[in-house]
Amino acid sequence: MEITWQTIAFFAFAVMTLGGGLMVVISRNLWHSALFLMLSLFGTSGLFVLLVAPFLAAVQVLVYIGAIAILVLFAIMLTRRMMGLEETQNTQWPAAAAVAVLLFIILVITLSPLVDEKAVTDIFGDKVANLNAHLPVDPDAKGSGVVANDDLKIVTVEKIGEALVTRDGFVLPFELASILLTAALIGAIVVAREDEA
Amino acid sequence: MVPLYFYLVVSAGLFAIGAYGALARRNAIAIVMSVELMLNAANINLVAFWRYLNPFEINGQIFAAFVFIVAAAEAAVGLALIISIYRNRQTVIVEDVNMLKW
Amino acid sequence: MYYASKLLKDAGLSDGLANTLGIYISVLLLATVFLLLPIFTIWVERKVAARFQNRVGPNRVGPFGILQSIPDVVKLLSKELIFPRNVDRIPYMISPVLMVVSVIMMVAVVPLAPNIIGTDLSIGALYFVAISSLSTIGVVMAGWGSNNKYALLGAFRTVAQLISYEIPMVFTLLVPVMLAGTMSMQKIVDFQGDNYWIFFYAPTAFIIFILSNLGEVGRSPFDLIEAESELVAGFMIEYSAMAFAMFYLAEFLHAFLIGVFAATLFMGGWQGPFVQDLPVLGILYLSAKAFFIYFLTMWIRLTLPRFRIDQMMAFNWKFLVPVSIVHLLITGFLWKVLPEPEVTGNIFDRLFNGEALLRVGVMFLLSALVFVFSLRMLRNAILRGREATSAKLREAYPAAHAAAAPAGD
Repeated sequence: MEITWQTIAFFAFAVMTLGGGLMVVISRNLWHSALFLMLSLFGTSGLFVLLVAPFLAAVQVLVYIGAIAILVLFAIMLTRRMMGLEETQNTQWPAAAAVAVLLFIILVITLSPLVDEKAVTDIFGDKVANLNAHLPVDPDAKGSGVVANDDLKIVTVEKIGEALVTRDGFVLPFELASILLTAALIGAIVVAREDEA
Repeated sequence: MVPLYFYLVVSAGLFAIGAYGALARRNAIAIVMSVELMLNAANINLVAFWRYLNPFEINGQIFAAFVFIVAAAEAAVGLALIISIYRNRQTVIVEDVNMLKW
Repeated sequence: MYYASKLLKDAGLSDGLANTLGIYISVLLLATVFLLLPIFTIWVERKVAARFQNRVGPNRVGPFGILQSIPDVVKLLSKELIFPRNVDRIPYMISPVLMVVSVIMMVAVVPLAPNIIGTDLSIGALYFVAISSLSTIGVVMAGWGSNNKYALLGAFRTVAQLISYEIPMVFTLLVPVMLAGTMSMQKIVDFQGDNYWIFFYAPTAFIIFILSNLGEVGRSPFDLIEAESELVAGFMIEYSAMAFAMFYLAEFLHAFLIGVFAATLFMGGWQGPFVQDLPVLGILYLSAKAFFIYFLTMWIRLTLPRFRIDQMMAFNWKFLVPVSIVHLLITGFLWKVLPEPEVTGNIFDRLFNGEALLRVGVMFLLSALVFVFSLRMLRNAILRGREATSAKLREAYPAAHAAAAPAGD
């Protein structure tokens, strides 16, 4: 793997994502946890940009950082008496840590055959083999770390939009998702509102 | 290009961190945040596999988009529940909310 | 970006290096120009405000006081940056930076002229919405990090206000996206070159877009997040010197960018006569349109008093959101139903044939009708509410009412 702007950016975003995530779970101050959550989500959004999914990256910033993380901050401010908590981790934290580390090790071991890039081809068939042939990579863009315009055309926003409203696409899941969101909206209001009486 | 393996390791790490947080934190809001981290790990996985294995089909991106929707719904309802519990019991510590356990 | 790279290539650099350097130079140039712009717009704003209030305004430094902002900046730079005790230092310091950065990042997708654009993202409009939601975080960080109850109140209001006003903004932003069939800003502008400006198809969307953006920036009459008379500047209360100036910079720049984005999305951006022959004219047209809209927002700001917080939320949820949704549905319906005009011939043939005129006329009328009709409904609702309140008061305090209105009604 040669060092290009892309790899440097990848490691920066990976550190942001993982470091932010780690601070979310170990930070003693819940308010800081929420801010680190935003950092982590922003790192993930950067990873999406590197993966040439600009639509998802923007939605990540809009939905996760602009809405969900703000909602979390709001909940923290509403329950701010709970912030002076001395013990933020419960008694089973060593066991939890062991489980998490074990999970990570198992996942990494399971994934280790993929270190060899050729193995990816063997496992997932010929789809990968012609991947690089299909991808129009702009030589200038590669050096500068900026995604070339052609590169963005793998799956365009238009295609996503069409897929969400065509019958052989995802129109049914899309409608179900809208119902889910409406139900969640109404449910959240009903659950959280104060009794009038 | 960065190999697929690296993305998967980042995703696995994020998932493990989220799992630890969900198991070990006492504050319910912190647990919601940890669950968000785990959903994010899943999303990184989905998008990475889409990009490296099947970049001309949209399924991967659509899946990730649906994860966003579910995450938004989950956060809204979850935080509403937490605020409701806080209002009734003056606590958001999950161990103190044991009304069903006698 | 394109021009900078080309110049460097002509100067004999290799292609890769020229592209990379060109990108950095153009980013630097674009960001600096927009960062320095408030020095000018603050003067404009003070001068206009003075005229509205029958004053003279700054008139000492330079001709017409045009250089007034420079001594102000020097003064702010030389002041002390105060950290009150118990502030959350890192969020407290990151917040003003985040505010400025989030505003500056918006500039990236503004098409300044044909071929002159930071980056023509395929998701430009979505990017604008996503980035503008980042400033919420800055305000919340400042509000909580300051460890001050007024600041915290400001932060609470901010979350409620900014998230609410994002909704009508997105719904009206969908109108240009829907009509042009793309989220790329440059293509939206191109569309308006081939057809009428989107303003003429959907004037209501234009008005609601500006109003909801004013709410997003937190400018008067929506400046509840600072509200100096109730919250003593809200989330900025503890800030001093340059940190305070950065909040102001972000606010003024964001307010100006409303004009830029509204001009781009609804008034044809850089489109104008002869712009294809001389691209630099595009920048001129865009800034003229942007300053016109900026003047409108100043007019609103200087004329209307501040809303009460519940009035403001009601205005958003009971007026802007439903109107913008209904308007979006009507616009989409008409766009599909009305006959599509020919797209051949020169600009006059395209704009002044029967079908194009019919389409734009019907859409303009219906869009305006939606607005007028909903305004009437709003007015009636307010009058009814006022009547109910005074009836209740009359019942509760009959004596006071009789004393206050001896003539009776």
